[in-house]
Amino acid sequence: MTQKKLIIALAGNANVGKSVIFNYLTGLHQHIGNWPGKTIERAEGTLSFKGYTIDILDLPGIYSLSTYSLEELVSRKYIAVEKPDLVINVVDASVLERNLFFTLQLMELETPMIVALNQVDIAKRKGIEIDTEKLEQLLEVPVIPTVAIKGIGMSQLLEMAIKVIEKGQTTRREVRYGDEVEERIARITETLQGIQFYYPGRYVAVKLLEGDEEIAREVARLAPQAADAAKKLADEIENLHGHPCSTVITSERYEAAGRVARQAQTLVPPVKPTTEERLHNITTHRIAGYLIMVFSLLLIFYAIFTFGNYTSDLLNNLLSGLKPFSTSLFGTGIVGDLVWGGVAEGLIAGVTVALPYIIPFYIVLYFLEDSGYLSRIAFLMDNVMHKIGLHGKAFIPMMLGYGCNVPACLGCRIMETQRERTLAAFVTTLVPCAARTVIILGLVGRFIGIQWALVLYVFDLFVIFALGRLAFRVLPGEPSALIMEMADYRMPDLKTVLKETWFRLAEFIKIAFPLIIVGSLVLKAADVFGLLNPVANLLSPVTVAWLGLPVITGITLIFGVLRKELSLILLAALLAPVGLQALTPVQMVVFTLVAMFYIPCVATISALVREFGGKKALFITLFEIAFAIILGGVALRVLTLVT
Amino acid sequence: MSSKSIEDYLKALYILSRNGKSISTTEIAKHFNIAPASVTEMLKKLAKKGYVRYSPYHGAQLTRKGFQVAEKVTRKHRLLERFLHDVLRIREDKVHSEACKMEHALSDEAEESLCRFLKHPDRCPDDNKIIPACDLPFSTCEECIDLHKKDLEESGKREHIPISICQLKEGAHGRISFIRGGHNVLQRLCDMGLTPGTEVTVVKSAPFHGPTEILVRGSRLALGRGVTETIFVEAEKA
Repeated sequence: MTQKKLIIALAGNANVGKSVIFNYLTGLHQHIGNWPGKTIERAEGTLSFKGYTIDILDLPGIYSLSTYSLEELVSRKYIAVEKPDLVINVVDASVLERNLFFTLQLMELETPMIVALNQVDIAKRKGIEIDTEKLEQLLEVPVIPTVAIKGIGMSQLLEMAIKVIEKGQTTRREVRYGDEVEERIARITETLQGIQFYYPGRYVAVKLLEGDEEIAREVARLAPQAADAAKKLADEIENLHGHPCSTVITSERYEAAGRVARQAQTLVPPVKPTTEERLHNITTHRIAGYLIMVFSLLLIFYAIFTFGNYTSDLLNNLLSGLKPFSTSLFGTGIVGDLVWGGVAEGLIAGVTVALPYIIPFYIVLYFLEDSGYLSRIAFLMDNVMHKIGLHGKAFIPMMLGYGCNVPACLGCRIMETQRERTLAAFVTTLVPCAARTVIILGLVGRFIGIQWALVLYVFDLFVIFALGRLAFRVLPGEPSALIMEMADYRMPDLKTVLKETWFRLAEFIKIAFPLIIVGSLVLKAADVFGLLNPVANLLSPVTVAWLGLPVITGITLIFGVLRKELSLILLAALLAPVGLQALTPVQMVVFTLVAMFYIPCVATISALVREFGGKKALFITLFEIAFAIILGGVALRVLTLVT
Repeated sequence: MSSKSIEDYLKALYILSRNGKSISTTEIAKHFNIAPASVTEMLKKLAKKGYVRYSPYHGAQLTRKGFQVAEKVTRKHRLLERFLHDVLRIREDKVHSEACKMEHALSDEAEESLCRFLKHPDRCPDDNKIIPACDLPFSTCEECIDLHKKDLEESGKREHIPISICQLKEGAHGRISFIRGGHNVLQRLCDMGLTPGTEVTVVKSAPFHGPTEILVRGSRLALGRGVTETIFVEAEKA
C-alpha cells in the first residue's frame, strides 16, 4: 500500500513553543537546511500517522505577515505559493491578543488551518482562563488546547489536522474592517478581477492599501492602473483617519483580535506575583541584574573551559594513540606523512576543538535562550552595544564568539538588517574564541603572569569597542533600535535543547571540517616538499624586522590560520629543546597580540563567505591581517620603550 | 526673574530629567556652571510659580505646567537649530548658542511655520536629540502639510502635548497618540501591538539610557531608546 503524502506547516509567533511541538511530532526524522537562496533556516521533519506520511515544516517564529523581515516574507510566500495541506497555527494562550493578531492574518491568506492553543498551563498560572469552545466559535476554526512540553494534546492535534484535511475546511472567517476601508477593498478587488495571482484577491486588495512593497511591485507589473488606484484610495483613508493607511488597517486587525480575545478569556490576575515575574524583576534589576549576569556568564565560561580543557586533552591523547595504526597502514613515506600529518591531524584538530568546547557551549546557550534569559541579557546590554551601532541582541553572537567564532557568525542572523548582521559578524570575529584563549593563557598567562593575560582580554574588549565604533561610522545606513519581546521565563525543554545542539553541531562540522582537513593537507604537503622555510623567509620582513619575532613564527602563524591554537603548539615544537621560554616576554606579548587578531581562522572565513559573500569576507580578512601586523609592530616598539 | 531665565531653567530640567525622576541641585548647578546655592534660590522661585515641585535634598521635578513650557521652548530651540544649520548653513558647533538666544523671542505662530517650512524634522542637528511634538491637534505631520495657514488658526490647540514614552515615569500609563518614523519601524511597532489608541505601561528602564520595558496588550516588550523617543503618548493621570 502506498502511503498518501501530506504537508503541514507550523506557524506562529516566536517563543510560543512551536519548535517543541515540531520536535514532539517529528522526533529524529528532521532535516534542517536553508530556504533556497536565503540565510533563513528551514526545518522539516516527517512522521507517519493513520496511513499518511506527513511532512511537517516549521516556519520561522514571526509576529506578522508584513514584509518587515525576510522571515515574514518567506513564510507568507510559502503559505500562498506552495499551499501546504494545512497550517497549524501555534498560539500562546498567555498572550492571546497578540497571537490572535497573527491568526487573523493567516485567515486572510485563506489557508486551511487549525489552532494549537499552547502553554495553557502557563496562562492558567498567570490567571488567564480560556474558553476553548467559545474561541472555536469566534474563530470558526478548530482549536486544540495543548501543553507541548508535556506532550499534552499532541495526538488530538494530529487527529484534528487529518480530519480537517480529509473533510476540507468550509467555514471561512473574514476580518471585517471599518466601512470606509471595506468599501475601498471592494473597489480594488473589482479592478483586480481577472488577474492571476498567488495571493487571494481580497488579500491583495488589503495589502495594497497597507502599502505592502512586494505585492505593490507585483501588481504594478500586472495591472499598473490597479496599483495606482489603490495608492489613491490608501491616501484617502489616510486623510480620513489622520494615520498612515497601514496603521489604520493594523489597528483594526488588532481590534478584531482583541474582541475575540476578550470574549474568549477571563482574567483573574494572581494576587502574588508569580515566580516567573519575580525572576524577571530580579534579573532585569538595575544593579542585581548586572551582578547576576556577570556572575552567571563567568560561571558558565569557567565551567565550559575547565570541562573543555580536560576533555580536549583526553581526546587528543586518545586519538594520537592511533598514529601507529596509520603508520602501519600507509608507511612512513610521503603518503604516510600526508595521511597522518595532513588528513588525520586535521580531523583530530577539528574533533578536539569542536566536541569539548562547542557542544557544552551550545547546550548552555540554547538552555538560556529557551528559558528566556538571553532576551534579558540583551535588555541589559543594549546601551553598551549601542555605542558600536548595534542593539542589545548583538550581545548574543558576541557571547557565542567566546566559544567559537563560526557559530557566532551564523548567530548574527538574529539581527534584523543586513548592515547589522555584517557589523555584528565583524565584531564577533575579534572576540577571542576558545582557541585564542589557549594561546593567551598558554603563553602570556603561563610565562608572564595571569594578570597580563587579563590585561590582554581587557585590551581585546577595548579593540572590539574601538573597531566596532569605527565600522559603525564607516558602514552606511542608520542603526535600528531594539524592539524585542521579553517572553515569560519558562522551563526549557531538554529534548529541544539537545536537538538544537545536535543540528548546530552538524552545521559546524559541515562548514569547518572539510576546510580544516584540506588546509591541513595542503600545509603538510608544503612541509613535506620543503616549502615552509622559504615561505617563512619570505615573511621575515614582517615577522622579524617589523614584529621582532623569530623567523619560524612565520610558519606557525600560517598554521594558525587553520586553527589558532595550533600556532602555539607548533611554536613550542619548533623552539625545542628550549621551548616557549626561548621568547622574551615582549615577544610573547607581541606574538599573542598578532595571533589574537591577525586573521579569522579558515572555518570562520568560510562561515563569513556563506553568510555575507566572498567580498565582505575577503575585506574583513584583509583588514584584520593589516590591523594585527600594525598593532603587533606598534606594541613591540611601545613595550621595548617601557621595559 | 525674567521669562528668559525661567525658560532656560525649565529647559535644563527638561533635558536632564528622565522617567520623571527628580533632578538634584548639584546636577543643575553643573549644567549651568554656577553655585548650587543660587540654583536652590531659583528653584524655590519656580516652585512658587507652580512650574516645579521642589524639595530640599531630593531636588526638583517639573510640574505639568512647567513641562509644557519646557517642551515648547525646547521645541523652538531645536527647530531653530535645524533652521540655522540646514538653511543658513551655520556651523554645527555654533547653532546651539545661537538658538539659545533666539528661542525666547520666537512666537508660537513662527514656530508652526518654521516646522512646516523645514518639513517637520524629527531631530536637531548638533546632538541628534528628538524635537518635541507640537501642540496642534493632528495625528500626523501630513495633515498639517495639507492644511492652509488659515485653517491652522481655526483648528485650535491640543489640550495636552503628547510626550514620548521615555518621558513617562516608571509605572505610569499612557495612550499612544502617534509614532514618528519610517514605514518599516512603524509597521513593526504596530505589528507588535503598539497601534494608536493602545494603552502602554512603562515598567522600568535599564540604567544609562538603556532600553525601556513596557507592557502592551498583555505582552512585555523591550524598546531601545531610539524607539521610545519616537512613540508619543497622552499620559494618563496615575
